[in-house]
Amino acid sequence: MSTKPQGGNSVVGKPIDRVDGKLKVTGQAKYSADISLPNMAYAAVVQSTISAGKITAIDTAEAEKVAGVLAVLTHQNAPRLKKSDNDQNNVPILQDNIIRFAGQNIAVVVADTFEIATHAADLVKVTYAPSKSPNTNPDPLSNTLFEQMQKSPGQSRGDFVAGMKNAAVKIEATYTTPTETHNPMEPFATVAHWEGDKLTVYETTQGVFPSKKSISEMAGIPANNITVITHFLGGGFGCKLSVWSHAIMAVLAAKQVKRPVKLVLKRTQMYGPVGFRPKTFQQITLGATKQGKLTAMKHLSVNETSLFRQFTEYCTEPTNVMYACPNVTTAIKQAAINIGSPTWMRAPGDAPGSFALESAMDELAYALGIDPIELRVKNFADKDPESGKPWSSNSLLECYKVGAQRFGWAKRSPAIKSMKRGKMQVGLGVAAATHPTYRSEAGAIASISSDGTATIKSGTQDIGTGTYTIMAQVAADILGLPINKIKVELGDTRFPQTPLSGGSQTAASVGSAVTAAAKKLLDALFDLAIGDEKSPLQKSEKKDLEFRNGVLTKKGSKSSEKIGDLLKRNNMPKLEVTAKSTPPKDDKYAKRSFGVQFAEVEVEPDLGRVHVTRMLGAYAAGKILNEKTARSQMLGGMIWGMGMTLFEETLMDHKLGRIVNNDFAEYHIPVHADMPSFDVIFIPEEDPHVNPVGAKGVGELAINGAAAAIANAIYHATGKRLRHIPITLDQLF
Amino acid sequence: MRPFTYAKPSQTSDASKSLKQSNSAIIAGGTNLLDLMKLDVNQPAHLIDINKIAELSQIKNNKGGLLVGALVKNSDLAHNKQVLENFPMLSQAILSGASAQVRNMASTAGNLLQRTRCYYFRNSTMPCNKRDPGSGCPAIDGYNRIHAILGTSDSCIATNPSDMAVALMALDAVIHIEGSGAKRSVPITKFYVLPGAHPEKETVLKDGEIITAVEIPQLAAAKHSRYLKIRDRKSFAFALVSVACALDVKNGVIKEARLALGGVGTIPWRCTEAEKILVGKPAKKETFKLAAEAAVKSAVTHKHNKFKVELCKRTIVKALSALENLA
Ligand SMILES: Cc1cc2nc3c(=O)[nH]c(=O)nc-3n(C[C@H](O)[C@H](O)[C@H](O)COP(=O)(O)OP(=O)(O)OC[C@H]3O[C@@H](n4cnc5c(N)ncnc54)[C@H](O)[C@@H]3O)c2cc1C
Ligand code: SF4
Repeated sequence: MSTKPQGGNSVVGKPIDRVDGKLKVTGQAKYSADISLPNMAYAAVVQSTISAGKITAIDTAEAEKVAGVLAVLTHQNAPRLKKSDNDQNNVPILQDNIIRFAGQNIAVVVADTFEIATHAADLVKVTYAPSKSPNTNPDPLSNTLFEQMQKSPGQSRGDFVAGMKNAAVKIEATYTTPTETHNPMEPFATVAHWEGDKLTVYETTQGVFPSKKSISEMAGIPANNITVITHFLGGGFGCKLSVWSHAIMAVLAAKQVKRPVKLVLKRTQMYGPVGFRPKTFQQITLGATKQGKLTAMKHLSVNETSLFRQFTEYCTEPTNVMYACPNVTTAIKQAAINIGSPTWMRAPGDAPGSFALESAMDELAYALGIDPIELRVKNFADKDPESGKPWSSNSLLECYKVGAQRFGWAKRSPAIKSMKRGKMQVGLGVAAATHPTYRSEAGAIASISSDGTATIKSGTQDIGTGTYTIMAQVAADILGLPINKIKVELGDTRFPQTPLSGGSQTAASVGSAVTAAAKKLLDALFDLAIGDEKSPLQKSEKKDLEFRNGVLTKKGSKSSEKIGDLLKRNNMPKLEVTAKSTPPKDDKYAKRSFGVQFAEVEVEPDLGRVHVTRMLGAYAAGKILNEKTARSQMLGGMIWGMGMTLFEETLMDHKLGRIVNNDFAEYHIPVHADMPSFDVIFIPEEDPHVNPVGAKGVGELAINGAAAAIANAIYHATGKRLRHIPITLDQLF
Repeated sequence: MRPFTYAKPSQTSDASKSLKQSNSAIIAGGTNLLDLMKLDVNQPAHLIDINKIAELSQIKNNKGGLLVGALVKNSDLAHNKQVLENFPMLSQAILSGASAQVRNMASTAGNLLQRTRCYYFRNSTMPCNKRDPGSGCPAIDGYNRIHAILGTSDSCIATNPSDMAVALMALDAVIHIEGSGAKRSVPITKFYVLPGAHPEKETVLKDGEIITAVEIPQLAAAKHSRYLKIRDRKSFAFALVSVACALDVKNGVIKEARLALGGVGTIPWRCTEAEKILVGKPAKKETFKLAAEAAVKSAVTHKHNKFKVELCKRTIVKALSALENLA
């Protein structure tokens, strides 16, 4: 059987509307915080207000006095837990009196209502013995680490020193990116419900199965007793890949009060204890021949991290793979300080790393007097420069070509400060982007019932990206059914196992599983007909059978049978199969999506205000399963990239050791008025090697390079090379 | 948020009486007060909702100017025909603030009395002299990019966040107040109090007093006025610097000038010295630059807000130039 749709009426690739769109806009989609159970109680957390030290006293008397308060759990009375090796993100949860960062969850109040719980949480009095030397400033330590790295850099291919000797032009520059907070629209929420020793957790997670495992290990509950459900997720961007302390607190609280417990974090409580992108310090050295061939590259990076998790932000990743350079050295170190644990944030490593690399490439282009696109094309890697493996597919050159043409790159005058529109200085910038294509083992159930409706069930969660929709599309094509005959159920650990939704791998992993399950279902259906004496299709050759719109037919004959008739005669209300799709162990191919980002800016010469006027992305990401949801992902990525370039920064007051801009009023993300005009181009790619669905990851690709493209455009407009983001107006006048 | 009682009187006098209870607060649109209650920054025990007091919701013509009731919504005031024609900078100032949704709720008096956006003030678990007198001011040695450069003291450097108040400063508005059965009115230029040693005191309002209306006197120059707000993103952000300005120019010479600043002062900042420099001089960039220099002469900066001095000067020049089509 081929993956081609039966009858050729494909819905895969079509820009169809989200199948869950109506539920979402009418408020019927139930997110975790919308779950309401009979007799439910509410929990509110108390967070530490110092960044390092000890709790010397925690007085809960006043809180407990409030009518309606059911319990207050602190390190003094919480059940003892074994620290799980798996849980690097959290300090021991309510187990000791040590404070390692501001915002650490140190108590949880449970009450009859949300209001009572919140009020009582304010009444918990905590006395601290602050540490004399808390450290929340990664800068000095990073400098020391840089000096160390310069003496003994790490991982390399080729010989960097020799490569630099052959360089006619060299550039070296340091780039910095700030701490950034994920800020999904949907706050973290956990509803924990015990029935005997069985636990159901409605959790805001990007991975129901990994959450189940973590909750089991962190709270000491057998995994078999736990069900984790996430029917809808209002964004996660990486922070919801992990189980954080508050979720375990909800589980413990529910056990304690013997009622279901709902715990929703406030926006202000989400700065610090539930992850963030760490601040990075990066140094890039590039050497090239006069003609623009890279002879050597070095990328050193330091990122801040917590004292209890050595989190690595892999900023050097793009440098390892983007260009065909024989001599590359990269190294990363961590500056551990009194902050919460950083975690993956949309395009971890690649987003800040590509800002540095693609800015440096722009600097090199100017130093050489070569067009920035030409420089990149000259250094195109026609195979994976790291592993030497061929690409499963790589249409980067096409991206440059098509993107440049549509963006009007040829009309750009190369010199800095050479373009104007009225009083505005105009600049055009470009950057390349890449993102790895991951895939993990995943399973799915496919069934079809006698009314001709198919159901797909898979554990995976739709994190807002459109998984419900694209899985329906994939199944519809294989099963020859219209999309409204496909029901998709996701986000439940009682369904087949799937990986977490991170690294843009869900379409590839679960898409492959749904492909396998749907094909297996078709196979089973044909077997049933062939083996059924009463079927007009009995004893047919399988290859001659087709199934379309609920009817089985035999090629070249008039014999046919309705699915309902076949199933009813066999006394089957439905036919159901389970399938698993496993990626090959040693892969012959290197698999990545690629793209090129273009940006146009206008800079006000007197006030330094930057207006991003146009952004265009040309992307090659394998088969696009749904052009509409994929385009939304790309737009979201570009907007994210723009916000990262111009606005986003989590501000730490080093004296207090606390984050100060912990709300949407002062943590700025772009608003509608900031939006440029957007253009998204998908370069068609047929990739038979990448995975059974032929899709590569799209969700993160569009962030990569976006910051550099804008910063490069600002340089082109103003002649100011800004190596620190966010770029604010005070840096430009 | 803490428990509180709630009353909704229909007479100003009743509201004023209720306000006498200790730890009570008026709620109008609630867009600022409720925010601060949720943050545990404000902890009123009694809320007095004034939205039923009909007389406070009117805009009346008044001797060529306007008398704006305390409850008039920000959006209604911004779109009022008289305001658009005679006081364009007021409309522009209001519309540059917050979002359409917030402006639909926000009231005139509530806007004037909104509290600072200083991070430390808004976090009830941090020290702050304004919120908790005597606890210290972490902003001075802390993160102070958004803080004031004019009117600061050793106790507090927080900005007043209101855009509308800046325009009303330039317009010489008068605040009508009622309390304890007595009425009084105070020019807005005397309504706000510099932080000095007591940043907790922000206005001359006394316990039990309610703002009933804001009077905007007739001003010919105001027809030719403008509000320019500079912020980190294009909408839904507080001002880094804002300028309200009006000019009456005859034969190229400035007859009357009004200039006020937002985002840089601990109170909405009227620039009387700069206005004096403008009057009698030719309406051109050189004059505007002199005025801009004068406006920031007394600026005191901190680690992260030094840029505001230059930005403020440039914004003043830009706003005045735009008014004269010199940009
Ligand atoms: C997200 C957001 C962004 C914003 N951005 C901006 C901005 O860019 N620029 C800007 O200027 N503003 C901005 N604002 C603030 C907004 O303008 C104020 O919240 C609003 O004007 C307050 O009006 P209100 O009627 O809701 O006041 P309330 O919250 O009801 O009251 C505010 C204060 O005034 C007191 N009060 C109210 N009425 C009276 C009265 N008649 N007499 C005595 N005391 C009274 C209350 O007791 C309280 O202390 C923003 C607000 C939000 C939430
Ligand atoms: S500047 Fe004023 S409001 Fe801010 S912390 Fe200091 S005293 Fe408080």
